[in-house]
Amino acid sequence: MMSVTAASPHAYLERQARWTWIEAAFWAATLLPFWLTPNYLVLASQIAITALFALSLDLILGYAGIVSLGHAAFFGLGAYTAGLAAKHGWGEPITGLMLGALAAGIVGYAASFIVSRFRHLALIMITLGMGLLLHEAANSASWLTGGADGLQGVKMWPIFNKFRFDLWGYTAYTYSLIVLFLVFLVARRIIHSPFGLSLRGIRENALRMPAIGASSRAHLRKIYTISAVMAGIAGALLAQTTETVSLEALGFQRSADVLVILILGGAGRLYGGLVGAIIFMVARDQFSGNTPQFWYFWIGALLVAVVMFLPNGILGGIAKLASTWPGSFWRGKS
Amino acid sequence: MIGPVIGVLFDGFAYGMLLFLLSVGLSVTLGMMNFVNLAHCAFAMLGGYVTVTLMNRFGWPFLATLPFAFLVAALVSIAFERILYRRLYRASDLDQVLLTIGLAFVSVAVAAYVYGTIQQPVQMPSYLRGSVTILGVGFGIYRLFLVAVALAITLLLVAALEYTRFGAQVRAAVDNQRMARGLGINVDGAFAFTFALGSGLAGLGGALAIEIVGLDPSFAFTYLIYVLIVVSVGGLGSIAGSFAAATLIGISDVAGKYYVPELGAFLIYLVMVVLLMWRPAGLFGRR
Repeated sequence: MMSVTAASPHAYLERQARWTWIEAAFWAATLLPFWLTPNYLVLASQIAITALFALSLDLILGYAGIVSLGHAAFFGLGAYTAGLAAKHGWGEPITGLMLGALAAGIVGYAASFIVSRFRHLALIMITLGMGLLLHEAANSASWLTGGADGLQGVKMWPIFNKFRFDLWGYTAYTYSLIVLFLVFLVARRIIHSPFGLSLRGIRENALRMPAIGASSRAHLRKIYTISAVMAGIAGALLAQTTETVSLEALGFQRSADVLVILILGGAGRLYGGLVGAIIFMVARDQFSGNTPQFWYFWIGALLVAVVMFLPNGILGGIAKLASTWPGSFWRGKS
Repeated sequence: MIGPVIGVLFDGFAYGMLLFLLSVGLSVTLGMMNFVNLAHCAFAMLGGYVTVTLMNRFGWPFLATLPFAFLVAALVSIAFERILYRRLYRASDLDQVLLTIGLAFVSVAVAAYVYGTIQQPVQMPSYLRGSVTILGVGFGIYRLFLVAVALAITLLLVAALEYTRFGAQVRAAVDNQRMARGLGINVDGAFAFTFALGSGLAGLGGALAIEIVGLDPSFAFTYLIYVLIVVSVGGLGSIAGSFAAATLIGISDVAGKYYVPELGAFLIYLVMVVLLMWRPAGLFGRR
């Protein structure tokens, strides 16, 4: 943690918000798959979508301290909204994305009134319960969602009437990456604003923030809605690039996976979800094969190890290593 | 007309008793240490597999395997408690959730590796099969047995908690952990013992559950959700609360699946969310 002088909160925020060359290098590296691994662009687009989903969870979990076991609810809402719109004759991708975001945002706003009132076990149970509720609802309403068979017949139009979704994922990755970058810019701006700073205050001490005049419930509602919108965008992206939606988009497994991804990368540090998504998705692609149960053995063991030995995730571990070097370029935990 | 209703109520009650056995340990340990143990049902699953192994591989009678299901689950849980859990008592909810979810993932994978992903076949002894008819309503003998076991354990637990010195220490630790420590009560020791007892009961529940709901590696997660519902609805650290919540959830789940099968598990999740919104600390919770 960097020392903050009380006189200059703005200077502190400005210093935090400055772009470093590592960040620039990271985003430049996201273009590499086009040349290095053109056969894996479909996987790359899935990674970008998962990273976006993890980023949305990071906003509420890493920054505001809301532990959610049901975040897939918003991912699934976005996916089904975009998928249904395309199935019923509106296959325009950009507006479809907005529709997905809107649906997730509305439900997220409604849910935020419940979520902001609870903490601890009740919060975990309520988010879990809402996720399961939505999953069951989608399962039951098979006339609308296709039930366990998934939503079939999603037909996407080309983006801007020009770029067709191809089999190799060229368009899909470009599209997902651009959306990820734009949403990331928004998230970055939020985190480095006074609002973002007060969220961290709520995370650190939920009683003290209202005592010094910050309306913590209103802040929590706001960030929860924003996070739901982002998760909805991620879901809509998945529906559009794969042209199908399965019930699994809403499942508990997806909520748990994204939590694992974020923790693995490091919660509360913007790039944590992105790095975690890359590692998780590549490892799953390489190792899971046809025995998904054994994949979860390693995920479980990894979780135990991270909690025991690497409490701030991979990025936290790197930051700790880097900060022991003189002339460190990496900032401490924000 | 009234016959099916009583039948559904009875089946729901028996199912509720099963949920009570599975969840009562988690309720008490959560009340004491506020430790969110999502691996609780992994211990229940362990008990189930102990019974399956002893019966199918070694030919033990069903009833003789039950104490072992209890013992093995209790012993394994105390090993985990000493090695991993106790380091995280002061950690955040998130760390506890992550550690125990990780353990649950591992348990599912290990069970799938050792026993495969299929349902485990178990042949109940003849005296527990069939049903008796009372006033024209059929009651399954196994379910009657289950209810009897659960009620006996409830009475034992309540008596132990109310009338023994150890029970008084546990109640003090649930009420106010710091105060109990200040009075010289060995809260950590009491907790470790309660934890083992609770996991043992879960193991027993897992063994008894095979006949009703089957046993496969997904058990650790499928029933975790039900157990968490019971615990959070009943309120932490309350045996009476767990009992009432388990009965309520058991009956509404069975009745829901019987009368409105198209809703599936929707009803039970709805009951939970609404109850929690109305009373966040649960029906009998005080915090």
